[in-house]
Amino acid sequence: MNATIARITARGLFGRRRFLLLLPLPVLLVGLAFLADAFGARPDEWAAPVLVALGFGVVLPVMALIVGTGVLGSEIDDGTVVHILAKPLPRREIIFSKLAVAVLVTTLTVGIPMYVAGLIAGLPKFAFALLVASALGAVAYTSLFLALSLVTRRPVLLGLVYVLVWEGLLGNLLSGTRVLSIQQYVVAVADKLATTDLLDGKVSMGVSLVMSAIFTLAGVVIAIDRLRSFSVAGETS
Amino acid sequence: MSVVELKGVSRWYGNVVAVNDVTMTLSPGVTGLLGPNGAGKTTVLHMMAGFLAPSRGEVLVGGEPSWRNPKVYTGLGLVNERESVHGFLSGWEFVLASAKLHRLPDPAVAAKRAIELVEMTEAQHRRLDTYSKGMRQRTRVAAALVHEPAVLLLDEPFNGMDPRQRLHMMDLLHAMGEQGRTVLFSSHILEEVEQVSGTVQVIVAGRLAASGDFRTIRRLMTHRPHVFTIRSTDDRRLAVALIGEESVRGVELDAAGGLTVRAGDYGTFTRVLPKIARTEKIRVQALLPADESLESVFSYLVES
Repeated sequence: MNATIARITARGLFGRRRFLLLLPLPVLLVGLAFLADAFGARPDEWAAPVLVALGFGVVLPVMALIVGTGVLGSEIDDGTVVHILAKPLPRREIIFSKLAVAVLVTTLTVGIPMYVAGLIAGLPKFAFALLVASALGAVAYTSLFLALSLVTRRPVLLGLVYVLVWEGLLGNLLSGTRVLSIQQYVVAVADKLATTDLLDGKVSMGVSLVMSAIFTLAGVVIAIDRLRSFSVAGETS
Repeated sequence: MSVVELKGVSRWYGNVVAVNDVTMTLSPGVTGLLGPNGAGKTTVLHMMAGFLAPSRGEVLVGGEPSWRNPKVYTGLGLVNERESVHGFLSGWEFVLASAKLHRLPDPAVAAKRAIELVEMTEAQHRRLDTYSKGMRQRTRVAAALVHEPAVLLLDEPFNGMDPRQRLHMMDLLHAMGEQGRTVLFSSHILEEVEQVSGTVQVIVAGRLAASGDFRTIRRLMTHRPHVFTIRSTDDRRLAVALIGEESVRGVELDAAGGLTVRAGDYGTFTRVLPKIARTEKIRVQALLPADESLESVFSYLVES
């Protein structure tokens, strides 16, 4: 961890319009939970559409996508990454610092609203499960998206394809794709920890934890290796 | 002592060869990397700075390969051409961050000294995105030399600077060279290089065209055949007189009127022409150098 890099990364992230435009999403999540509860709907009626479909299905991956691809990707796009790279720092230190910021920001912006939504449902243990699952998802997603930002010039597009097509569409149609879906791990972990009937985890806890670890590890290893070989594009003039 | 070494270095992108079998050694002092736009200067600098892998050959900084080796940055500073900075930081924060990332024992002192060196103290607490191009450039130089590197690489450092800033930057590079640092800066402007460095590496179309003492290369450049177009009151008689001169290699009468003269030596020819005109009582109405572009100078160097 490098505090200087983390600080610059966080300031860069909060200064970006793309990130700020997404902030209404978590607010929407809490707002919907609050409205559902206020109109007298039971948690088992609104938990699936609000928490799973919107929370774990959209808010978590999209926030993680923008944050994960933004912490390093935006610096690669505008060329400022050179200032960070022209320093005698091990590349893993840079990646870990970037990842730490990404995980923290994603957990705060998604985990806390999920936790609040759980409390609105009147179930503190369920709320805690949602928070832990969001944090786990934040780690796995941002590692994947951070690596994507070093592998391709179009990380957001590719990330969206993963979230929307692989997880969103194929995850519902073909059960086999669930083993490679971070969303499914997150739901499964929340389900196991919450011990309620509100969620329906389709993969086991063991598979979820191991596969999340694999996604994270692979993302980190690829990101470090790609950053070591980072090339600046040739002649500009 | 050689600090930066390129041994048979080539770099290609697909079928395009950007740098072709370049071997050069940089020693302490200021060296200019001169060449027209697109010649491969930036590619050479990026390879030296470890931001590009050579397709073939070896790039060594302080005896170690610079590619995939962040350790070299302990003794290397880079100011690249792309002037991107973290615009939300102030000049002070930017240079201080650089000092901290270098893990200097006292980052604040180092940052203060570097900012003073580039004369940016007054504006140091303003955000970088409010700076002019020249101010940003100087701040980037401060960030690049905050750790007092043995090697400083600068890609077109004078771009966007006003004449005063330019002079100041030239003094700064001079001083760094005299301190025994190896300073390499690229430029496509002959005069810039002339004023700053004693040694030059001339790169044309990816190849090292000339290398060594600037004066020698400059002489080579001035002694190359020059082409002039002349208009006078009696072109034919002037042609006859000129062809008898040793410094003149050839004379041609242009169909539209006027003469095209190829002179072997710039200095002698320009001194001799007025004398001839006076003796022959011919009035010279126009004298235009026809090939003064830098590209023609470079291409001459490649041919010779």
